[in-house]
Amino acid sequence: MSSEDIAIKVEHVAKRFRLGLEDTMHDTFGAAMLDFIKSPLKNYRYYRSLYKFDDSSGPDAPNQPADILWALRDVSFQVKRGEVLGIIGTNGAGKSTLLKILSRITPPTRGSVEIRGRVSSLLEVGTGFHNELTGRENIYLNGTVLGMRKKEIDQKFDAIVDFSGVERFLDTPVKRYSSGMRVRLAFSVAAHLEPEILIIDEVLAVGDAAFQKKCMNKMQDVGEGGRTVLFVSHSMSAITRLCHRAILLNQGTVLQDGSTHDVVSAYLGSGQGSPSHKQWNDPATAPSGKVARLLAVRALDADRRISSAMKITQPIAIEIEFEVLTPGHILMPHFHVFNDEGIRLFAALDQDPQWRGKPRPAGRYISRGWIPANLLSEGLLYVSPALTTLQPDIPQFIVRDAISFQVMDSRHEGAESARGDYARNIKGVIRPLLTWESETAEISGQRSTA
Amino acid sequence: MIANESFIKMAKENSDNIPVTVIRPETGWKMIDLGELIKYRDLAYNLVWRDITVQHAQTILGFIWAIITPLVQILIFSVIFGRVAKISTDGIPYTLFTTVAIIPWTYMSMVMLQSSQSLVSGHNMLGKIYFPRLLYPLTPVISKLLNFGISLLLLLAIMVYYKVSPTLQLLYLPVFILMMMLVPAGVGMLMSAMAIRYRDIKFIMTYVVQMLMYSAPIVYSATSISEHYRFFYSLNPIVGVIEGYRACLLGTEIPWQFILPGMFTAILLFIGGAFYFKRVEKIFVDVI
Repeated sequence: MSSEDIAIKVEHVAKRFRLGLEDTMHDTFGAAMLDFIKSPLKNYRYYRSLYKFDDSSGPDAPNQPADILWALRDVSFQVKRGEVLGIIGTNGAGKSTLLKILSRITPPTRGSVEIRGRVSSLLEVGTGFHNELTGRENIYLNGTVLGMRKKEIDQKFDAIVDFSGVERFLDTPVKRYSSGMRVRLAFSVAAHLEPEILIIDEVLAVGDAAFQKKCMNKMQDVGEGGRTVLFVSHSMSAITRLCHRAILLNQGTVLQDGSTHDVVSAYLGSGQGSPSHKQWNDPATAPSGKVARLLAVRALDADRRISSAMKITQPIAIEIEFEVLTPGHILMPHFHVFNDEGIRLFAALDQDPQWRGKPRPAGRYISRGWIPANLLSEGLLYVSPALTTLQPDIPQFIVRDAISFQVMDSRHEGAESARGDYARNIKGVIRPLLTWESETAEISGQRSTA
Repeated sequence: MIANESFIKMAKENSDNIPVTVIRPETGWKMIDLGELIKYRDLAYNLVWRDITVQHAQTILGFIWAIITPLVQILIFSVIFGRVAKISTDGIPYTLFTTVAIIPWTYMSMVMLQSSQSLVSGHNMLGKIYFPRLLYPLTPVISKLLNFGISLLLLLAIMVYYKVSPTLQLLYLPVFILMMMLVPAGVGMLMSAMAIRYRDIKFIMTYVVQMLMYSAPIVYSATSISEHYRFFYSLNPIVGVIEGYRACLLGTEIPWQFILPGMFTAILLFIGGAFYFKRVEKIFVDVI
């Protein structure tokens, strides 16, 4: 790989923040002046030594002062030209700091970054918007703040206004806009940036669902357009759909760098217990009725491993483990699947012939239901396990959204998935893979005579 | 003192026509990157425009305020210092005497106040997007020129009233306009960089501006300062600006002994302010 193909090269970047700042900064100007007058030379040496000294002690040095925080410890990665890279990590992992360094908002403490190409960064939509200015004036102001030239904005002005849908209010001060209109206008300006490299931080977390979809599609086009994109998001669906590759940041270091699927799995699987596995060890707190008590519920991938990141092309098992306390009842374990909009996709009832219509003796049972591959739509899904006795119907337990998992539909599955090579957002709460056939109809009406 | 990086940057740019940005830890003193400022000229224009549009938004009088502000001050000074205190003005009518000083002073004090607060009031943008930070304190230096221009109408009216005819001295005026811009620009760069760390500056500036006003010959004549202290007195660049304006507009001889020391200070202040600003620029975002 020649150096020409690298758009961003990040080498051993570290960023140190001083939490207290009490050593270098004074609380009041008066105190600082007094200090300054008392011993300028000492001060000068102190500042200087502080600078030089600290720089030689890295993030891994022992005896780190308590007020020092290394938001980034040692981050290195490269992004190829045209690559769309996702950056994920928990809050405080250093994602925002990394983007701020790449956007030149704050310099790194150590290490270096080399960027080849014009960069635009969107850490927030509507940066520089001023309430007193009209929509038109704000387009120009915001556009130039984001790094566009006036000539460029002139050319794209109509397209920006079109996309935003606020033509009528163009000469109204932005303070009279609804918050939705404001966001739409701001995003429209941002969406018409054409840098070689685009850095985006969660800007999609604004606006209503419809506008978010529109933004996602626009983002998709940006990625398709051969531009290099760095994308930070907490939405795993967005990351899997948009990005080929992802890096996982954790406490200022790159924990994993690889295919989006692997990295997202690692991210969802990390943390305190997987969200796709829940267990009740204490009988007192376990959801329970007179007849049965819930012990655990799990989401399993095709290899029967607990997983929070499922491929759309693979079957998924939901496992309910329960204990029968009172023997002699006919039981119906079942579960409901909800998407992240709270829509119930379906309920699945245990139809295993082994226990169908038969009363169960006391003991521990596991019911495992397999959701076929290529049925669920991508996104975050929640499972609510439940159990009811039949004749009479008495609910024993139901736990709303007990576990969750992410269904991932990347567009590299080809004919294996319903998506195929289509890259944009696909609507619908389910996404079955149909059998498609086609014929060439030579003349209309041929069929009836044939 | 141009950083090596810039040379590397230029060289690479020429080889394949793709701009290469190198980001590394910033230490020590830095030069002002004029090329970068020029690259952002469209933004600078828009920031100035924003400042101009916004300052009188939703007012009834709009830009008439640019006349009212100095006018009120002229009236107060004429009554208190001219009529009541009867301060000597070397034979010039008091209103005329103080007007030629108040017009540039209004510009300078407005720029100083706004410029020194520019980073603090712009901290939202500061933490979200990069552009040359010098644009923050320098924007009011340009945008307030419009108010200054409008207030010149007032000056003109008062000069016509007192039948002052322009002389060749007026040709020197651009020098003093430049000096009038240099001083608050220097103060603005210095103070805005301090204000982002010490919010005390906001309070201090109110007093500083007030003290500066009385330190300059706005309500009194510079000749009333004892010969002894004249040099030290003249180190204050505002003295030079005011004396310069007065001589240019009223056609009296330009008192260079009051002006040259201040000119030196003004240039020093501007360069010092710029260097200090560039020096601490890197920590702005981290200390907001």
